[in-house]
Amino acid sequence: VNDVRGDELPTHGRIAVFGGVYSNHLALDAAIADASSRGVDAMYCLGDLGAFGPNPDKVFPLLRAHSIPVVRGNYDDSIARGLDDCQCGYTDPRDNHYARLSYQYTFTHTAPENRAWLADFPETIRFRLGELDVLACHGSPRQTNEFLWESGTPTHFLSKLASDAEVDLILGTHTGIHWQRRWEGGAYVNVGALGRPANDGRTEVWYALLEAQGRELSVDFVPIAYDHEALAEEMRSEELPEEFVETILTGWWTTCLEILPGKERARGKF
Amino acid sequence: MSKSLPILGASDAGLAPVPAPRAPMSNGIQADTPTVPLAALDQLWFQVAGTVCNLRCSHCFISCSPENHSFWFLTREEVREALDESVGIGVKEYYFTGGEPFMNREMLGILEDTLALGPATVLTNATLIPERAARELARIADGSPYTLELRVSLDGTTAEMNDALRGTGSFERAMAGLGRLVRVGFLPIITTMQSWDDAETPEVLGAFRQALAAIGYDRPRLKILPPLLIGAEAERSRGYERTERVTPEMMVDYDEDLLLCARARLVTKKGVWACPILLDYESARLGGTLAEATAPAPLAEQACFTCYVSGAICSNSSGMTRDFS
Repeated sequence: VNDVRGDELPTHGRIAVFGGVYSNHLALDAAIADASSRGVDAMYCLGDLGAFGPNPDKVFPLLRAHSIPVVRGNYDDSIARGLDDCQCGYTDPRDNHYARLSYQYTFTHTAPENRAWLADFPETIRFRLGELDVLACHGSPRQTNEFLWESGTPTHFLSKLASDAEVDLILGTHTGIHWQRRWEGGAYVNVGALGRPANDGRTEVWYALLEAQGRELSVDFVPIAYDHEALAEEMRSEELPEEFVETILTGWWTTCLEILPGKERARGKF
Repeated sequence: MSKSLPILGASDAGLAPVPAPRAPMSNGIQADTPTVPLAALDQLWFQVAGTVCNLRCSHCFISCSPENHSFWFLTREEVREALDESVGIGVKEYYFTGGEPFMNREMLGILEDTLALGPATVLTNATLIPERAARELARIADGSPYTLELRVSLDGTTAEMNDALRGTGSFERAMAGLGRLVRVGFLPIITTMQSWDDAETPEVLGAFRQALAAIGYDRPRLKILPPLLIGAEAERSRGYERTERVTPEMMVDYDEDLLLCARARLVTKKGVWACPILLDYESARLGGTLAEATAPAPLAEQACFTCYVSGAICSNSSGMTRDFS
């Protein structure tokens, strides 16, 4: 765990932060190109490289080529340690059925050297953005697979997480839907996911572009259009469930809906 | 947690009615009773309607009924004081149970106060939600950035199946209430106690989907609960066997996050409890205030065995199912 404090931390002005990749190498490639064209001085990835999509090994060279630090997600942890499941936290039998399918596929298609690399990812990464102390995590600073949904997370709860971690800004992913919250002296940004659309009927996927001047933070969520039809073809040729392909082609989630709070669920189609 | 929480009802002479005859409270704490430390107070529960309910279900684990006044209603002011305290503690979500929460005349105001701070879930039988209340609930929900979940108990897919447990006419009234909630935009979570064999589950779930589709609820959220063999349910089916309890050996390598008491406390008129199920058990009363109730929860009761086996059955979903830090 990267837990260095103070002046030794890397300091950035403008960064791109990617959420769950879920084996969507085409979207990751497009997002890296987009972020590079915007002149970021660093890129980070908040974990869950595998799941859902095809050919998980295609993601690794992209991250290595651009020296992108990665936080360990629950999926990465499971694959690295060879656990029985993805620790996604589902309880619904149908959700678990699909989670199991994609986990078994991802596990058997991840090369041993890539599995070993996953094991080296830290649970959190600290750095500075302008004058803000930042903690990058997967779910929450206290638990890798904790869901922080916009309609399920009180501001006072986020503020406590930040003060417990002694940071101004928390970055996370895990839920797959981007959102942000500000409070006096602090902020939380869920950077969304590159792996699948945000359950909004659009085929683009999202990442977060953050910039700070002094303690002044600006956050832009960037939609990434990529060749989603090519991804869908690749998923079909790998015989991944048609329900997953439908999500890529329509922008609506079809599985693993049980964990959504009412407001997020109501905005989706299923 | 410096501020205390004056929610004790014992001195509220003007409010507390004469208690109905009750089974004696037990305090089954032994020297070797396992205890669960409070990892964080994520879920703050309110026994907002006490033990008062308009129904008298034969499987109710706290035997609520119109006559059971052993726990009386919390007032909006009492809830507000606990909410104020919860902000400093960093509570993540709020739950309201009873009895029937909508028996509390201040319930809509209580929800308005709560949804200004965070997400709220109400466990209801949906029989007391007329058109006007449904519209008012939708207004409150739409006005908040947080989700208002309505968790509706339904124990069958037909009047015959449901009313055998919940009383004559309750199916029709619950379905009418559900229909109103769905029409104003809610996606209620239907909770049902499993009263069938595991093998029949797919068939029962199919029947639920069909029955709910008939009232316009075409993407229902369903939650199946295991029976708790206490209260009225112990008389209806069976009580626990002597061996069905949590022992110290069972806690070795066990993930305590699976238990609600690792992350929740329940505010009642008579103090703060470790668990919304163990209302009749003195062992589960941890103090008069939230500050006092941060002590570890003893797994002294046999109902703890059901939670041990099935996980935190009272939460909406399992955001915190595993700890692998």
